[in-house]
Amino acid sequence: MNRTALRMEHVTVTYPGATRPVLRDVCLDVPEGELCLVIGPTGAGKSTLLRAACSLVPHFTGGTLAGRVLLDGRDTRDHLPRDLADVVGVVGQDPAAGFVTDIVEEELAYAMEQLGLAPAVMRKRVEEVLDLLGLAALRDRPLSGLSGGEQQRVAIGAVITAQPRVLVLDEPTSALDPAAAEDVLAALTRLVHDLGMTVVLAEHRLERVVQYADRVVAVAADGSVTDGPPQDVLATAAVVPPIVDLGLLAGWDPLPLSVRDARRRAPALRARLAPGLARDVDRPTAPSPEVLTARDVHVHHGRLASRRRPGPGSTADCAPGATGVHAVRGVNLTLRAGDVVALMGRNGSGKTSLLWALQGSGRRNRGSVQVAPGPSDVGPARADPARLSPRDARRRVALVPNTPQDLLFRESVAAECAEADGSAPGTTRALLDDLAPGIPGQAHPRDLSEGQRLALALAVQLAATPRVLLLDEPTRGLDYAAKRHLAEVLVRHAAGGGAVLLSSHDVEFVAECASRVVVMADGDVVADGTAAEVLVSSPVFAPQVAKILHPLPLLTVAQARRAMERTP
Amino acid sequence: MTMRPLALHPLAWWAWALALAVAATRVSDVRVVALLLAAVVAVVILRRDDSPWARSFPAYLVLGGCIVVVRIAFHVAVGIKSPGTVLLDLPRVRTPDWAVGIELFGPVTSTGLATAAAAGLRLALLVVCFGAANALANPKRALRALPASLHHMGSAVVIAISVTPQLVAAAVGVRRAQRLRGTPRRGARAVLASAVPVLTDALDRSLALAASMDSRGYARTLPGRSDRRVGALLLLALLSAAFGTYALLAGSPVLQSAGMLAAGAAAAVVASVLAGRQVQRSRYRPDVWGRPETLVALAGTVAAGLLIASSGAAGQLLLAAAGAALAAAPALGSRRFAS
Repeated sequence: MNRTALRMEHVTVTYPGATRPVLRDVCLDVPEGELCLVIGPTGAGKSTLLRAACSLVPHFTGGTLAGRVLLDGRDTRDHLPRDLADVVGVVGQDPAAGFVTDIVEEELAYAMEQLGLAPAVMRKRVEEVLDLLGLAALRDRPLSGLSGGEQQRVAIGAVITAQPRVLVLDEPTSALDPAAAEDVLAALTRLVHDLGMTVVLAEHRLERVVQYADRVVAVAADGSVTDGPPQDVLATAAVVPPIVDLGLLAGWDPLPLSVRDARRRAPALRARLAPGLARDVDRPTAPSPEVLTARDVHVHHGRLASRRRPGPGSTADCAPGATGVHAVRGVNLTLRAGDVVALMGRNGSGKTSLLWALQGSGRRNRGSVQVAPGPSDVGPARADPARLSPRDARRRVALVPNTPQDLLFRESVAAECAEADGSAPGTTRALLDDLAPGIPGQAHPRDLSEGQRLALALAVQLAATPRVLLLDEPTRGLDYAAKRHLAEVLVRHAAGGGAVLLSSHDVEFVAECASRVVVMADGDVVADGTAAEVLVSSPVFAPQVAKILHPLPLLTVAQARRAMERTP
Repeated sequence: MTMRPLALHPLAWWAWALALAVAATRVSDVRVVALLLAAVVAVVILRRDDSPWARSFPAYLVLGGCIVVVRIAFHVAVGIKSPGTVLLDLPRVRTPDWAVGIELFGPVTSTGLATAAAAGLRLALLVVCFGAANALANPKRALRALPASLHHMGSAVVIAISVTPQLVAAAVGVRRAQRLRGTPRRGARAVLASAVPVLTDALDRSLALAASMDSRGYARTLPGRSDRRVGALLLLALLSAAFGTYALLAGSPVLQSAGMLAAGAAAAVVASVLAGRQVQRSRYRPDVWGRPETLVALAGTVAAGLLIASSGAAGQLLLAAAGAALAAAPALGSRRFAS
């Protein structure tokens, strides 16, 4: 019998001012050496559960905690977070926000310095962790110059040097491209398998992690919690990855959790689906009018004279002001009315720079962009948004940045809506109610969930009735239901004569909404084609359904379901 | 095993730079100041690495240049005009009676201009010395050399240093985002529109950082080790410092005031040691002070001594040149490597 690493006994958490508890009567036993995955819809209290597990709730956040949380036998009521540093390690959502020092090696040693370990012990452990997480080559690098995946691994390393028994992570892969996410997850499974560490992590992108989980804890919207083996919990959970959806559709029991397991069972399903597929050929349609035409777009950041090329996966070239980066190299892109185009590629491949250049408010060193007017715009037939005033430009092409909260600055949702309305009162509120119904007008924008905040920013931008809508990484922090709803909204915008261009690492979301996929690498467009063409053939960007049903050109469970219904 | 370059102890560079800065305030000859400036710049160019703080050095040079220009502009506008060859005969502007003694413009003479330029250059050299220390030694590493009792304060300073560039970056990002919304670029509304997201973002960040530091054991104290003697000793140190300074300024016997000050300093040191015992922390790979560090610090202090001695001495230029050469000597050091 394994020892219990984390035990929760009848835990109920209520934040000050809240009418109902975030977590309700949670009883949980996580044995040593397990990887425990916490799932649940947005705003259901996953983060609260994680923070209660490391005593940040209630010591750091406030609120009342009834019941008992035991970490390796220590009660969090009697121990402050700092006194548990050698028992539990915590990695937050944004690893960079938690860095204290500026060099990789010093960051790894920081927790040990606070514990007062002997220099010889510290040195030995730092070397071990550098090897364990594959960070040896980065030891002298400044933290700010690392890519997202590297930062995440350093943040993990910085807490495990104190050799805690439990590691708690909040969405460790949500900001990462698929390859970097794989690296981080490989490091985590290594900690579980080789060192017997207990890992508790919350994640929205279940498709990435569910195959590694030994136990799944599902937090429901009312704060109640069920836990058990992954197959059992996922069969009835509110949020499930596509692989489980497909398994339920095909009636597989037990449910497969890895693509490998599913492919073993897939031949029968493929045979069933193939006939329904034959009739699903694309009917050729007349090309719709072009709404955005970009020719030979170049974007340089900083001094190009230095001719420094970004390192692989470096995020520095996303950030404006990095020295000497040729972020976008002669991109040609045409968006037609009705298009939903996904822009994919690893972190730092120039996606963000391209979106800002197309909107006209970002830097564009060479090339031309022409955009058709929006439905309420009386300007010329086609114009370059960079030459228009910001107010006129956004009536043609509007961008929702990857930090949507940057667009919001008023003290309540109602004030934001009124601010965005312009001459027609009520339009923004109507758009918002369509995107995310039921947000109270007096709520502060910062108190909204990630999905609601994105909806508000989107409503603000849609109020200008743009023809082309650009979105930068819109799915961060969204659960499957919210993503499905967002996909519907985007498809509807395109169907109304507009076009959508979105950058995303989320292959499942792209499979659901995009009609076309453009892949960028190192500032160049390296692939441009229909979603089925690009995604099915890519080893990195293929969604789970495509991997399982390969070579059938199916990307989503919905498509598989349609094909099944059409099967005679 | 990989070889990694080992930086000199940061305090060595600070000792060198501070000694030269002191010398800069004491020399008056423009040629000596220029020599010293050249020495400092040479050392920085040859010894700095490719780190963000090292890349900030040109900014200090620009700041120095601005100081010289502003100083000369002030001299031309309101400076007291000294006799000498007139270079530029500007008309005097009469000032109202309440501003008596201030004269606007007037003839600009070569000697006056030279004095103003020298004064500006001296100030610029001070700034450049500070910049050189910053460029050669990671400021954060210098703070790591603080005693254990000041550890928490050192951490706070380190965070403040890293927050400022983050805040600037956040402000730039928010302004860009606000343009997407068509918010006007000027006026109260624009300020509100960019200040609110920046400040809330800064608040979120600092909370995230505090949570991260707390759960990594920051400010962990040893149970039952809070020491009341620390407070009492610090109070004693403050009082003796105050009385000692007063005695010094009031012209009391030197022995009395110096004794007071020494007692205060001793009390502060004891308090620091006692407070340091409450903090349980160790240092990962502390910087070592070896012969190169001693040589760099000596080069700075001896050069400063020579330069100060040179003013007014017989072979002053020769002495000054020797001093400047000595100040530039650290440029010859090679990068050390540790296995």
